[in-house]
Amino acid sequence: MREHDIVIVGGGPAGLAAAIAAYDSGVTDVVVLDRESSVGGILRQCIHNGFGLHKLGRELTGPEYADVYRCEVEKRGIRVYCETTVTGVTADRVVTAQNKEGILKIKAGAVVLAMGCRERSRGALNISGTRPAGVYSAGTAQKFINCEGYMVGKKVVILGSGDIGLIMARRMTFEGAKVEAVCELMPYSGGLTRNIVQCLEDFGIPLYLSTTVAEIHGKERVEGVTVAQVDENGRVIEETKRYIPCDTLLLSCGLIPENELTRAAGIPIDPITSGALVDENRQTAIPGIFACGNVLQVHDLVDYVSDEAEMAGIGAASFVKNGAVSGKTVETKPGNGVRYVLPQRVHTESGKDVSLFLRVTEPFSKVRFTVKSGDTVLATAQRLKAAPGEMEKITVKSEKLQGAQEPITVSLEVL
Amino acid sequence: MFDVLIVGAGVIGGMLARQLSRYDLKICLLEKENDVATGASKANSGIVHGGYDPEPGTLKAKLNAEGVQKLYDVADEIHAPYRKNGSFVCAFGTPEEEATVRELYERGLKNGITGLEILTGDEARALEPALSPKASLVLNVTNAGIVCPYEMTVAAIGNAMDNGTELKVNFAVESIKKEADAFVVTSAGGEVVKGKYLVNCAGGYSDRVAAMVGDDFFEIIPRAGEYMLLDKNEGGRVSHTIFQVPSKEGKGILVSPTVDGNLLTGPTATVVESPEATVTTPAGLDTVARLAAKSVPSVNFRQVITSFSGVRASEQSGDFIICPAKSVENMVHVAAIDSPGLTCCVSIADYTIELLREAGLALTLRADWCPTRENPHAFREMSDEEKDAYIKEHPAYGKIVCRCETVSEGEIRDAIRRNPPARDIDGVKRRTRSGMGRCQGGFCMPYVMRLISEEREVAMESVTKNGKGSTPLIGKL
Amino acid sequence: MKRNLTCIICPRGCALTVEGEQGNLIVTGNACPKGKQYAIDECTHPTRTVTSIVRVENRVDTMVSVKTAAPIPKENIFDVMQKIRAAKVQAPIAAGTVILSGIYGTEVIATKTIL
Repeated sequence: MREHDIVIVGGGPAGLAAAIAAYDSGVTDVVVLDRESSVGGILRQCIHNGFGLHKLGRELTGPEYADVYRCEVEKRGIRVYCETTVTGVTADRVVTAQNKEGILKIKAGAVVLAMGCRERSRGALNISGTRPAGVYSAGTAQKFINCEGYMVGKKVVILGSGDIGLIMARRMTFEGAKVEAVCELMPYSGGLTRNIVQCLEDFGIPLYLSTTVAEIHGKERVEGVTVAQVDENGRVIEETKRYIPCDTLLLSCGLIPENELTRAAGIPIDPITSGALVDENRQTAIPGIFACGNVLQVHDLVDYVSDEAEMAGIGAASFVKNGAVSGKTVETKPGNGVRYVLPQRVHTESGKDVSLFLRVTEPFSKVRFTVKSGDTVLATAQRLKAAPGEMEKITVKSEKLQGAQEPITVSLEVL
Repeated sequence: MFDVLIVGAGVIGGMLARQLSRYDLKICLLEKENDVATGASKANSGIVHGGYDPEPGTLKAKLNAEGVQKLYDVADEIHAPYRKNGSFVCAFGTPEEEATVRELYERGLKNGITGLEILTGDEARALEPALSPKASLVLNVTNAGIVCPYEMTVAAIGNAMDNGTELKVNFAVESIKKEADAFVVTSAGGEVVKGKYLVNCAGGYSDRVAAMVGDDFFEIIPRAGEYMLLDKNEGGRVSHTIFQVPSKEGKGILVSPTVDGNLLTGPTATVVESPEATVTTPAGLDTVARLAAKSVPSVNFRQVITSFSGVRASEQSGDFIICPAKSVENMVHVAAIDSPGLTCCVSIADYTIELLREAGLALTLRADWCPTRENPHAFREMSDEEKDAYIKEHPAYGKIVCRCETVSEGEIRDAIRRNPPARDIDGVKRRTRSGMGRCQGGFCMPYVMRLISEEREVAMESVTKNGKGSTPLIGKL
Repeated sequence: MKRNLTCIICPRGCALTVEGEQGNLIVTGNACPKGKQYAIDECTHPTRTVTSIVRVENRVDTMVSVKTAAPIPKENIFDVMQKIRAAKVQAPIAAGTVILSGIYGTEVIATKTIL
């Protein structure tokens, strides 16, 4: 069995940033394993711009953003194995992978899980009707168009107004398709305002809220879909059903962290984020195994993925050098109006400020977030607007954290 | 000129071809779709029924009793995955339901079934902790099992083809003419094949095929069954197949593990207008979820990865129709094969072969017949050390294409090359499980299409999901 | 004239209203000066960055992703798309390589390296 100080599972934006941060923290024996033929993960197919404004201070396309990190990895001589699929990770940090050379077993000093996420499929959405060709998850269509150069359809309905769906509405329009409608089950869009304006409004593509695709029609290829409005419980309102002829249905209905390796390693998962339970260093409940990026929580901006991956990389390096972080921890919990808080566990005596990341349950205007441990207020933050589609970050100062005994709750009040 | 023409490459036609392939015969399977196992054979419960259910004296009762062990034996030979997991038939506290459990037990004894026992609710829950606390009396059917119905079909036809059987896909039978010593069968595309004997295994269309020779003594009633398949995370929820006794609310909603480790729930039973009416409906899926929860309340339906519907070919009498044609000689109908048809596929084939023998078909055993088929899952069943050695010899097995089900490029190329060759995306999926997992092909579809395009030497735009016009791509940019 | 816009400068997404004539536009609904500038730009000379792909002629089914190096006038998006579609490239291509020049005052450049 080979040995490496740090093994990173996944060479997308999270894995690359974690590798760089680990290396820069003084652990140079880092390897990255990626299943695809080149690193960059999903950014390789995200050819649109809008990446890097926060992190790099300039606006880049997905491939360019990935390239920035790929170059940094190369500069450091960090070894990257592509077309290498990790098939197992154990709690004692043995990583099993498979590539065209054979089966690779690595005993790792620390492991960083950065496998990313997958799209919710038609099956998981339980859409009724037939099963013809022409039903795509938006990301699959994006890969066909942007990486392989094939067009997937001419007349398109998109279910889900997440960012990938919005981006694909514009992309399909650019390539000559007619996007008939974007339907969103919720009464609000999960996508960024900027994308609604520049991907839909610019081209007059209608966005129908509280609307779903009730049925798919067509035997061989999609011939049309029945769309309908839904009530507050998400149930189809029969009399609002209408038929839209189309040859393609794109689904952009949410992303699911790919935690199969995590679960198999026995790492506990947060039922809300569908990612591992972690501390502020992004260490999971199993010492020496860290997680970051979309496998930990689904992000809306890659910039924040890179930030989070750096924490995991630094944490993994520290584990290799100094062992597990000791000291008291308290749990974090979502309170009123907050869906989840990450990290789910925080060391109170580390002497470092800790940023809490969270999502709200529904759109709000003018809110105040309050971070409390028992009755003690640790931090507050005000926002003019908060939406489930946009991750919030609230930093708690180390001096406030020190001595906190009771679970930390983040809640919001509407002002 | 073929000796035997078989219309329909489902599990019935396919297993008949396999069982006939041991004789010195020229056999041809005619299939209207682009692949085998595309009708009821791809969308059913995948259960090996114990044999307690059919009315004593029926053909179903006879063939079920004979069929279980025959099926397991053939599955071993052709490497079709199965598991003898046993099934439970549960009553939920009412005297009527409990009486039914006892009646099914008695009926099973009459049908000659061994390995039946009646358990109290607590005894059953000791074996199956997730079973509803309301389950009060349970028939434990220990000889029952689960199989993968489409893999069974593929394996049977693959074995038949390895032994010389010919398969014609996209051959929709349009007319059958009886000449002096042969049937002349013409496809919708104008292709003609001739054969001395003809077997109608056309599933939902078997009444229409019968009508082509003038037989109209039976009519197929297509009954749709909707299912939901759950992630492997839920696959260990139960180890037995859990049935409910038939009730007013429904008949036969089961909760079962699958041989691949998923959890299957369903089916509903709705009469539909056509064998092609494989749509899923909100009402159907709601019924499945509600009734499945009655047996196993803890099933987590948030873990559904796909839903589907299969149309069973039922008939008014309720029994199989396996008999010589009435209007012509040398033809046999194998029709109305609904549950327990899959369980009986081998015993039906053997019974049909006897009818053909009686009709005059000469059955001479071949010395060179090979009863076994190469195990298509040999690679995935290897240890890491064996895999390592195998990959070093065959690098294509090192490249994982389907991450959810861990399917390699080598296994997909094999499925496209091996009998019966996969010709489309769904064909690869049924043979290798690539695209069968939790992402439902979201990641692997482009790779699978590329491999089909390479192996079959067709353009990417011409690769189909399941034949005809089911092309996912409309052109190059 | 009167136009309603949604501001995209920050997540707040102010509902902006623009009234008046060219050279004398009045913006309301904005919470900050950036929003006012955005509204005026959108009404006078809206621009967008166009991103797309170009087939690499000497590689099998390989695309190089491209973008306009600077935003171009919004009304010219589809014209630029047409020019991109007609472009031809050969590998190797380094990210940043000019694929088309003279595109409404800017260039179309590769955003990916194809070896």
